[in-house]
Amino acid sequence: MALLAPSKPSTSDHGRRRARPSRRGDGRAAALYLAPAAILLLGVLAYPIYQLVLISVYDYGQAEAAGAAPLVFIGLHNYTDLLANSAFWTVLAKTIGFAAVCVIGSLVLGTVLAMLASRVRPWARTVLFLAALGAWATPAVAGSYIWLFLFDADFGLVNKVLSGIGFTAMEQHSWTYDTYGTFGLVALEVIWCSFPFVLVTMYAGIKAIPEEVLEAASLDGASTPRTATAIVLPMLRPVLMIATVQSIIWDFKVFTQIYVMTNGGGLAGRNLVLNVYAYQQAFAGSQYGLGAAIGVVMTLILMSITGLYVRSQKREAGLV
Amino acid sequence: MRIRRPLLAVSLGLSIVTVLAACAPTQSGPAGAGGDEKTGTLRVWLFDEATRAPKEATVSEAVAEFKASHPGVEVDVQWIPVEGRADRFSGAFNDPNNAPDVAEFGNTDVAAYAKTGALADLSGDLKSWKEGADLVPSVVDTAKADGKVYGLPWFTGIRALYYRTDVFTELNLKPPATLAELADTARRIRAAKPDLYGISVGGKYTYAMLPYLWAQGGELAKQDGGKWTSSITSPEAKAGVDAYAKLIKEDICPPQQCGNFTGTQSVQAFAGGKAAMTIGGDFNRKAVEAGAAKGKYAVVPLPGAKPGSVAPAFAGGNLLGVFGASKRRGLSVEFAELLGSAKYQTKMYSAMGNLPTLASVQQQLSAQDASLKPFVDTLKAGTRFVPASPAWSRIDAQNILPTAIQQIATGEQNVDAALQGAADKMNTAFGG
Repeated sequence: MALLAPSKPSTSDHGRRRARPSRRGDGRAAALYLAPAAILLLGVLAYPIYQLVLISVYDYGQAEAAGAAPLVFIGLHNYTDLLANSAFWTVLAKTIGFAAVCVIGSLVLGTVLAMLASRVRPWARTVLFLAALGAWATPAVAGSYIWLFLFDADFGLVNKVLSGIGFTAMEQHSWTYDTYGTFGLVALEVIWCSFPFVLVTMYAGIKAIPEEVLEAASLDGASTPRTATAIVLPMLRPVLMIATVQSIIWDFKVFTQIYVMTNGGGLAGRNLVLNVYAYQQAFAGSQYGLGAAIGVVMTLILMSITGLYVRSQKREAGLV
Repeated sequence: MRIRRPLLAVSLGLSIVTVLAACAPTQSGPAGAGGDEKTGTLRVWLFDEATRAPKEATVSEAVAEFKASHPGVEVDVQWIPVEGRADRFSGAFNDPNNAPDVAEFGNTDVAAYAKTGALADLSGDLKSWKEGADLVPSVVDTAKADGKVYGLPWFTGIRALYYRTDVFTELNLKPPATLAELADTARRIRAAKPDLYGISVGGKYTYAMLPYLWAQGGELAKQDGGKWTSSITSPEAKAGVDAYAKLIKEDICPPQQCGNFTGTQSVQAFAGGKAAMTIGGDFNRKAVEAGAAKGKYAVVPLPGAKPGSVAPAFAGGNLLGVFGASKRRGLSVEFAELLGSAKYQTKMYSAMGNLPTLASVQQQLSAQDASLKPFVDTLKAGTRFVPASPAWSRIDAQNILPTAIQQIATGEQNVDAALQGAADKMNTAFGG
């Protein structure tokens, strides 16, 4: 029936429209179907971004927001201020490095554990998933404090265990003093709470690979590593891409962990990342214009990083 | 199609309205003129405290008294966390309908809050208040912005030197007479007792650093024709900051532990018995009494640069302000005056240890209670204040001074470079 329907002359409304130039009718229908989503997106995404961009070209502080002072248009002044500030570039470089470590760490850990989960017995898999989901479900603030307690210089379990098994130098070792040590600790915490997403996504991806393909490969005599690199990974590429893009966006925007674990950016601000920097410089100090400029710059950076990544992946996969 | 056309029109119209409405960033309308209703609910914001119960009990008493004398009036008290105050107050300034009638806030925020135009000018109200003349004048000054008073001084926060009497007796030490002696004493204590910090102070404890800067004759900033300029690169200021940063060293209070200490954390270390000295406020006494240091400590004014002098303390304190958009201005002022009255200042003193702002109450209490003496002495020796500029809130929020202290303490930068960097950032904040 369905297959035959288009060829049948019809007197229904549907059929009459088909007689008109069909492209236009389709476009209108598509527009109407998309309208609710478009209106929603306009409201919750486009409008705030529009406001963000607008605020970033004004001298917009608390007094201006409250309507107690006139708005002054200052063009790109907030941007030139920001880009001329060497502290911004340092923070940006640290943010990119920190995010890269977190992304790679959570992808590797999540993928390895997903492969493991697809091979172990159900009870072991359940335990693994429960542990991962526990980490995932822990609120960021709580997780950060738990890690801080574990790594506390005086009372932390980690130092007690380390000094107990012979590493006496670790007694009273401060994990949150040295720049890289602190970043490392926070990165571990971020990886701990973000690998479960990768694990679940990749596990679903692995499970979606048809048994027949793997069976055929093993019948052809492919070794396990060869199966993994030549069959499983290429088939996982779309899922891996989603997990990577998500991780990049999340880890680039880390706020809570840095804010809590380094007490607002570490000693002399040496552990600041862009989001905490923006908060400290702009929002706590009521310079919303500058804060908006940082937000716009961050959005642009994120869009270009993810855009480049998606394009390179598509090219590799021969999709472009 | 007949059904769909209006839909399209509506969505088109909506987007046009959206675009038109957004030609400039949104601003909330200027706060309403307010009113003077005599009944209804009075909304009050007070700061939450580590130990809120005694404060809450005292406030509840005042609320009960207020309600008894004002039939038809309810008082809704909300407790605002000090750390999250910026967000709450920004919200109140942006949306006058959700703003409180009366709010407690720190005197360092006055200039910035006043600039938003949301606070009512209380100059006249304080003049006509019968207890107003009793307010300590230097304290009233800290409630002013551009010559107008924006809050009723509720209590004063003065810091002095806490020290452990048992440790000092054991090591045969005397309370230091100068700041230089203080550093020596702290070093000797840590050498003899490596478990203790000689003095617990921290990189984020700006109000402990300021007395050092002022004691050497330094200034944070100078005002010239209404324009502020940072003066922390003067030799005096440098000497003060450097002397303070030297406390955050391996031989007194190691940067690994103390580098990021705030005031509260510094006092907690002392209260927990981990430090032989600290710089703490009158408002910290309850916390110290609750810790391991209870009964084993004494307080003296923080010494200055020369023997016999007192380092000028920062005149901290909290105010009770009234929002200009309040629909119950008269009631708001009355309630603030009740909380700030001699009766409730005395009660707040016994509940929280807060130093009163009324001269007569101060005298009466320090005559009764010897523990108040070092703070009153410090107050009498002369206090100082941060620049009365809206920029101070920004300088504070951006951690400009703590960053400089930490850079010096960790050896990341020398004094000259760190303070030059801080001065540049301060001047940017001042609009220079």
